[in-house]
Amino acid sequence: MDKILVGLKRVVDYNVRVRVKSDGSGVETDGVKMSINPFDEIALEEALQIKERGEANEVIIVSVGSGDAQQQLRTGLAMGADRAILVECQDSIDALTCARALLEVTNRENADLVLLGKQAIDDDNSQIAQMMAALWGRPQATFASTVATDGNTARVTREVDAGLEIVDVDLPAVISVDLRLNEPRYVKLPDIMKAKKKPLDLIPLADLSLPASPAITDTLYEPPAAREKGTMVDDVAGLVAALNDKGLL
Amino acid sequence: MARVLLIAEHDGSSLNSSTAKCVACAAQIDGAEIDVAVLAASAADISAAAASLDSVKRVLCVENPLNGNAPAAVLAPQIVAMAEGYDYVFGPSSTFGKDLMPRVAALLGVNQVSDIMSVEGSHTFKRPVYAGNAVVTVEAPAGHPVVATVRIASYQAVGSGNSAPVETTEVAAEIPDHTRIVEVQSGQSDRPDLQTAGRVVAGGRALGSTEGFDLIYQLADKLGAGVGASRAAVDAGYVANDTQIGQTGKIIAPELYIAIGISGAIQHVTGIKDAGTIVAINKDEEAPIFEVADIGIVGDLFNLVPELTDALS
Repeated sequence: MDKILVGLKRVVDYNVRVRVKSDGSGVETDGVKMSINPFDEIALEEALQIKERGEANEVIIVSVGSGDAQQQLRTGLAMGADRAILVECQDSIDALTCARALLEVTNRENADLVLLGKQAIDDDNSQIAQMMAALWGRPQATFASTVATDGNTARVTREVDAGLEIVDVDLPAVISVDLRLNEPRYVKLPDIMKAKKKPLDLIPLADLSLPASPAITDTLYEPPAAREKGTMVDDVAGLVAALNDKGLL
Repeated sequence: MARVLLIAEHDGSSLNSSTAKCVACAAQIDGAEIDVAVLAASAADISAAAASLDSVKRVLCVENPLNGNAPAAVLAPQIVAMAEGYDYVFGPSSTFGKDLMPRVAALLGVNQVSDIMSVEGSHTFKRPVYAGNAVVTVEAPAGHPVVATVRIASYQAVGSGNSAPVETTEVAAEIPDHTRIVEVQSGQSDRPDLQTAGRVVAGGRALGSTEGFDLIYQLADKLGAGVGASRAAVDAGYVANDTQIGQTGKIIAPELYIAIGISGAIQHVTGIKDAGTIVAINKDEEAPIFEVADIGIVGDLFNLVPELTDALS
């Protein structure tokens, strides 16, 4: 295949303990470390491995969001992507518009395979790959834990509630990746220097001429309900007694 | 009147309990009239189970050999054809629903509300974000069908004393053949299903090996419990992927949850928050799991767990 397109989202880093703003308008992001969504990093690693096996010619990374996402795209370029595209818009773009934007870029690039993370760790939506595949009229293979490409098809193992499902999809297709697909590589300093010279194109969202989609609005953020403080017991006898007290045995 | 089309989840022969929980969610909508759609190769038993669920108005049964263990790409266009005239299209937030419903939403040209944990109004819902570190109230746009997945751990299954009519329907939809399921490898376990079990025993990386996990199985068998694991234990290869509990695994709500050698990262805790009673066994008294545990015990799991298993004899 010629081109693989990978979606990268800029999100609050996995290790940050997220706090809700006191006015309920969102979560605190001032001075908070931002990173590539971890699942998207796995998607990029997979694309790079496919290319390194000689099964693809080019890996293009695409983000849909504010100019700040250029930082994450540079990291993706340092990992080994060939070039980057940022579809510039506000960060809180709705999922359907995001899927349409990624699809428009996919069509312009004539990509054969799209790899995305199975969910973003901020909104936890898990929607973009499925929406993109639907709009494209192409297969989706979500929650992938292995991906093998073979000419015009891909065989994907999906992590589902019942266990593992193996599915064959005709290309082009959209694959969303799960945690255990691979371990993303570390970026080395010389690669960061090289990445600065790789192309990063900006496209304003409006230039894609997408239809308007009815957005879902966030009206209030709240911290989750806390559980009541529990009790500590000293030994197994105490544990069994406590469970008996609650009528659980 | 609010017409709800609810997509049944099943394994080809029996109805998944997630459907009864989705009905409970849909029934929270004022004036809800709930129709359950059963798309299957052989739908009689599944439809009968769906028709027995309280609050269900009718069951729409679409029998087609192509609907046997069908991928989302096959189901979605049929659901879109059925969705005409409905105000809501709901499915469970299991891997089945997560895979399917956004495909339906996109074909209908709308956004999707993921993981509804409560219904606050006709178009207003609460859902968890940031691994459960925040709960956001969202407003879906009026004048468009609301496509949503239901966070099943937030709901109790409705009763099953109903006998709603079952109607066989034909749908005109173009069904693609570009996606082919080759096989499903199940975790073939006789233990209770993790997502419906009343009791769950889960182990973490501290178990140290696949053999170490035998301690978890022994305790679970004694309790008649389902077996779960932290991401770390699954990543280490001690147990299968379908046991993973948390943000990216299963969200569960058993009456009793026993976390053994699990530190309690927020990504794990979000999967167990709705448990009735949380018990934590960990050697590190500073482990965050103790912040959410109802009963905690600090010590060496390799001593405490066999002792507990024996004590339950």
